[in-house]
Amino acid sequence: MIAEKIKQFYNLMHNATPKQKMVTVGCLFVALEAAFLNFHDSAVFWFMAYGLVTLSLLFLVVANVIKRSFPAFLFVVPALAIFSIFYIYPFFKVLQLSHHAWDGISPKMLFVGLANFREIMQDNIWWLSMRNAGYITLVALTFQNALALALALACDRQIKAKNFYRVIFFIPPVLSEVVVGLIWRWIYDGDYGFLNYVLGAFGFQDMARSWLSDPQTALTCVAVIHSWKGFGWGFMILLAGLQTIPKELYEAARVDGANVWHSFKNVTIPLMIPVFVLVMILTILGSMQVFVLILSMTGGGPGYHTEVPVTRILASMQGSSMFGYACAQGLTFGVILMMVSFAQMGISRKLKQA
Amino acid sequence: MGFDMRLNKYTVAQHTSGLLVNTFLILVSVTCIFPLLWMFGSSLKTQSTIFSDMSVIPRVMHWENFYLAWTKGGFGVYFLNSLFYTTIVVFGIVMVSSLAAYAFSRMNFPGKNLLFFIFLAAMMIPLPGSFVPLYVLVNNVRNALLNSMAAATPFLLKVLPDSFVYGTIAFIENQFYPRTAYVLCMINVGLSFSIYMLKTFFDRMPKELEDAARIDGCSRLGIWRHVALPLAKPAIAVIIIYNALNVWNEYILANLILSSKNLMPLQRGLMVFQGEHITQYPLLMAGMTITVVPILIIYLAMQRFIIKGITAGAVVG
Repeated sequence: MIAEKIKQFYNLMHNATPKQKMVTVGCLFVALEAAFLNFHDSAVFWFMAYGLVTLSLLFLVVANVIKRSFPAFLFVVPALAIFSIFYIYPFFKVLQLSHHAWDGISPKMLFVGLANFREIMQDNIWWLSMRNAGYITLVALTFQNALALALALACDRQIKAKNFYRVIFFIPPVLSEVVVGLIWRWIYDGDYGFLNYVLGAFGFQDMARSWLSDPQTALTCVAVIHSWKGFGWGFMILLAGLQTIPKELYEAARVDGANVWHSFKNVTIPLMIPVFVLVMILTILGSMQVFVLILSMTGGGPGYHTEVPVTRILASMQGSSMFGYACAQGLTFGVILMMVSFAQMGISRKLKQA
Repeated sequence: MGFDMRLNKYTVAQHTSGLLVNTFLILVSVTCIFPLLWMFGSSLKTQSTIFSDMSVIPRVMHWENFYLAWTKGGFGVYFLNSLFYTTIVVFGIVMVSSLAAYAFSRMNFPGKNLLFFIFLAAMMIPLPGSFVPLYVLVNNVRNALLNSMAAATPFLLKVLPDSFVYGTIAFIENQFYPRTAYVLCMINVGLSFSIYMLKTFFDRMPKELEDAARIDGCSRLGIWRHVALPLAKPAIAVIIIYNALNVWNEYILANLILSSKNLMPLQRGLMVFQGEHITQYPLLMAGMTITVVPILIIYLAMQRFIIKGITAGAVVG
């Protein structure tokens, strides 16, 4: 009976429009928050939160024993155990910690209600970091995706060397962010970097500068390298999408007298909209959460010019030992990301209907 | 031959645009490869020539940099650690996720759909900063472990020899616990994707072979081991490579969980080395080359599977 209800709810959610999904998630969140503010005492909270999880797990076990499917259930037990320890516990822990002031060491946490979130609203560096992440995302959305699309279109025509380019363009994405950051840090170096050397060799000495410690260029340099590291993903997905378009459509368009631009506008783009949306969602979610690259390239400097939200979370946690505040930042940022991807899905739905 | 072709306006235009397209492609390829070449070239220079010698591959190659990085720079230890973590985590992910995916695909039990939905949702919902609670979790469990070991020590000392007891406790505290914690965290990171990927693969697999095995009296676990796993080899290859790259390149959890130098994997070691010896560029570049070469070899050898994994991963997202 309960399973039926859950299934109904699941189907309802599955078929809902993104707007409805957003409202539902919002309501759930508010309800959770209200319950939490009332039962913030840690023993009660853990009893409710993990008690619920334990009860549902027990319920599953009993149901499986009754239905004589316990051996089958055993197959998912290892995955379930790891998942509930390393995913569900952190989830509740974030909820709990974001309403507390805690330094990570002392045994007692101080309940502060919504003060952490209020502090985030007034935290200028946090919003600056958000703007920086937005800038990096904007560069990735325009420059990186335009590059990826151009390369995919070029490779779609080329049959012979396509696999070769596919292999080459995906080298940056398989490298680690630490390595990429450190290589480019060395190339961008102000005194001995290769970039300044090349500029000097071609006679642009006055353009040479220490790229990563100059507040005017640091963020753009990081954004460009992020795009460099990421365009292989977009290229690969867009190329896979382009190859699913039947060649007959282009033939038909050419017979009808369409030139290259017309067939691109009227055949490629409409058929590629789902792929575009997918690439855009992946780009936004990936670029907003970039941080290892920044740690290895600039460490957030100069000043706060290249800070992004996740480096701020790390700084609140490691630098100033404010675990509660770090969790509140993480929660806020997660909600923002979810809103963004819901909005994206809504837009794509509109585009598909149009 | 080529000159016999009618060189009308159309083909000329096509040739120039083809030339442009090729130049563009080659240019982008060069920017993809050049930084790696530059890194490799820099690793062969010496401390004194690296700031003046701007040739990509230096004339005099100092291969001893690699030896120095491996021994004095500590990259040997980091490399073996990375290898250790990657092997164990990938093995764990393949075992756990193939068991679960097989059950999700082929068996019926209450809660099946709900659990699969939860795994999927975990993959979709972004949790930035999830390293904070994970760090808290790992720390709390370590404290509990240390306390319980301290409580048990007096009793153990009566039963077992002193050196053995203290050695075991030190081993658990310094080696066993941090490594296990890191490995389990990393298994969790790759689990959802792998389960989804394998489930879709099992769903498309024909059932006849398994039915035949069942009629022959094979147990469920036996069917999983002897029929399902061998048939799922292509999907498992994708999972192995995808997760191996992921673990090898992971930085943040290694930064938070593994604090002592003999536990660190390569990515963490690079950052530590960079922080301690900021001007020793040749050794740093040698360490980075050591980090990159295995990845590149695996990538070039297995790129077919990697590309398959990307398209699959993209469809998931």
